[in-house]
Amino acid sequence: MSARTLFDKLWDAHEVEPQAADRPAVLYIDLHLIHEVTSPQAFAELNRRGLSVRRPDRTYGTIDHSTPTLAAAPDGQRAWVTTEAEQQVEALRRNCRAHGIALEDWESEHRGIVHVMGPELGLTRPGMTIVCGDSHTSTHGAFGAIAFGIGTTEVGHVLATQCLLQRRPQTMAIEIEGELGPGVDAKDVVLHIIGQIGVGGGRGHAIEYRGSTVRAMSMEQRMTLCNMSIEAGARCGLVAPDQTTFDWMKGRRHAPEGDAWRRALYEWQQLVSDEDAVFDRVVRIDARDIRPTLTWGIHPGQVVAVDGHTPREPSFEENRGLRYMGFAAGDAVIGRPVQTVFVGSCTNGRLSDLRQAASLLRGRRIHPGVRMLVVPGSVQVKREAESEGLDRVFLEAGAEWREAGCSMCIAMNGDLVGAGELAVSTSNRNFEGRQGPGARTVLASPLTAAACALTGRITDPRDYLQEAAA
Amino acid sequence: MRQPMNRLVSRTVVLEQADIDTDQIIPARFLTTTQREGLGRHCFADWRFDRQGQPNPEFALNRSENAGAAILVAGRNFGCGSSREHAPWALLDAGIQAVLAPSIADIFRNNALKNGLLALPVDEDLHARLVERQGHAVEIDLQQQRIVLDDGHSASFEIEPFVRRCLMEGVDDFDFLLARLPAIANFEGARAWTP
Ligand code: SF4
Repeated sequence: MSARTLFDKLWDAHEVEPQAADRPAVLYIDLHLIHEVTSPQAFAELNRRGLSVRRPDRTYGTIDHSTPTLAAAPDGQRAWVTTEAEQQVEALRRNCRAHGIALEDWESEHRGIVHVMGPELGLTRPGMTIVCGDSHTSTHGAFGAIAFGIGTTEVGHVLATQCLLQRRPQTMAIEIEGELGPGVDAKDVVLHIIGQIGVGGGRGHAIEYRGSTVRAMSMEQRMTLCNMSIEAGARCGLVAPDQTTFDWMKGRRHAPEGDAWRRALYEWQQLVSDEDAVFDRVVRIDARDIRPTLTWGIHPGQVVAVDGHTPREPSFEENRGLRYMGFAAGDAVIGRPVQTVFVGSCTNGRLSDLRQAASLLRGRRIHPGVRMLVVPGSVQVKREAESEGLDRVFLEAGAEWREAGCSMCIAMNGDLVGAGELAVSTSNRNFEGRQGPGARTVLASPLTAAACALTGRITDPRDYLQEAAA
Repeated sequence: MRQPMNRLVSRTVVLEQADIDTDQIIPARFLTTTQREGLGRHCFADWRFDRQGQPNPEFALNRSENAGAAILVAGRNFGCGSSREHAPWALLDAGIQAVLAPSIADIFRNNALKNGLLALPVDEDLHARLVERQGHAVEIDLQQQRIVLDDGHSASFEIEPFVRRCLMEGVDDFDFLLARLPAIANFEGARAWTP
């Protein structure tokens, strides 16, 4: 057999029927994650057709998008944004119960944002195909899996058949070489990449992130990288599993054990692109070029290094972005006043992210003009952070410490950025109004977000690192 | 079952900018519904209405001359962002039956076609003509795989044969998949290792 990329190996292993000129492939799905927002209509369709869920054992639910992040009142009441939101969660509860699907509900210690929860519980494993009615499903590719977001019709398809009709995408290698500079994290890398290839740059492609920079990354960093593949328009992003992956998997709640672990380990070790495999496209990135990076505009491709300027000769599209954000052409981004800081989301709501933010905030107070929300990605992240005392670091700095959920990333639970306010957010989308009508979002790493919270302005996090070193 | 579809004839409405994302098509705060229906009134909510809920008279879809236009011509990378199928549901409910753009984001396109919304990429030349002739009638002919303008210009478009057949026969691919259940069971039984 000719040399194959990792993506092709994974795809081939999941083809129930290969694609032909007149029909797509039937692709088997190993893990189907569901949440309250994109599943109710799919269950309704199943009921309408009198179908049952084929593999409830391969289906797993959580509540995250529209859930309040304020703790429940002593009487159990929660601050639902609307009764509709509460009913949507109730619908998921009902559907999971009716079809025998495990659901991490309020009382669960395992509940979390779907893309934080899956890996944390070991549900996400190398070699899998993973889907969810959510575009950031690409996150799970960090483990060497094909993982992508689907619409609600397809959620119905997977519930009923455990399969999807899919055309095989093309492959793209993004090779990142070199050591990351101080204050530069995976978020800066991925924003830099999207700035290079554009928000449509990955369309029709599965990206494999490769190279020494990626090899040196932790699983959390790889997840951040893969998470934002969709912001480059890619179908999915993945990283070949290695010792870092295996160490991370060991002992997880749903990870294999004993003989099954040894067998899995053998199989996982085969999950690499062959040396002479040919990618349809190759992009090379020099890690040493990457500075702390953030967005100045209204999509994740409108990026700039923190010490850079907005475009001097903006295009029609760039002008729209500048106008919405209140920037002029050629403006420095540093020094721009910030009203809100959000640390959280499936991009940067894991323990390592909270540690990064806390490292700058420890023993300091945030700027009095800033409202800062820190929202752990899962209950487990919350517990671990609290056991390290990170909650106190945030609270003593003047930030709010919330319950796990998507929160201000999508702002559908009532956690909103005010109209016209500038928010520095560790989430993944800076679209107009994403964090609330009229809200202006600057995407950044947890470290940059924390630095901005301290000064109340867009700030180079390296200023604080130098201070610490001095 | 959906109505079989062979052709669509309508006037166009143009939103020229690129990268129109799903948060614009249907803002997230309207996603708490458990229904597919009724999302049309929230379609492009933050562009169509000001903060007080008053219609913005400048916005193309609000202008009286565009009333009834069912073909939306948009800039490149239309539908980028989330996987929410609420986006095509909202467009359809608002009376839009086709989106023609130089490129269309993968997940949106897939979701749209599964709902009978003709999300079709068109080449730059045709796109420029469509923008120039905004408000004029356009015919999308699925049978011939051609888009015909009212000045006689026409061009072919790409669509996956399987998707085209589903649209033209009014069948959906759910039944196609259900018919594969025996093969799916065989696949599950034959796997040497399950990840
Ligand atoms: S954190 Fe944001 S991007 Fe991630 S799943 Fe939730 S809403 Fe989607």
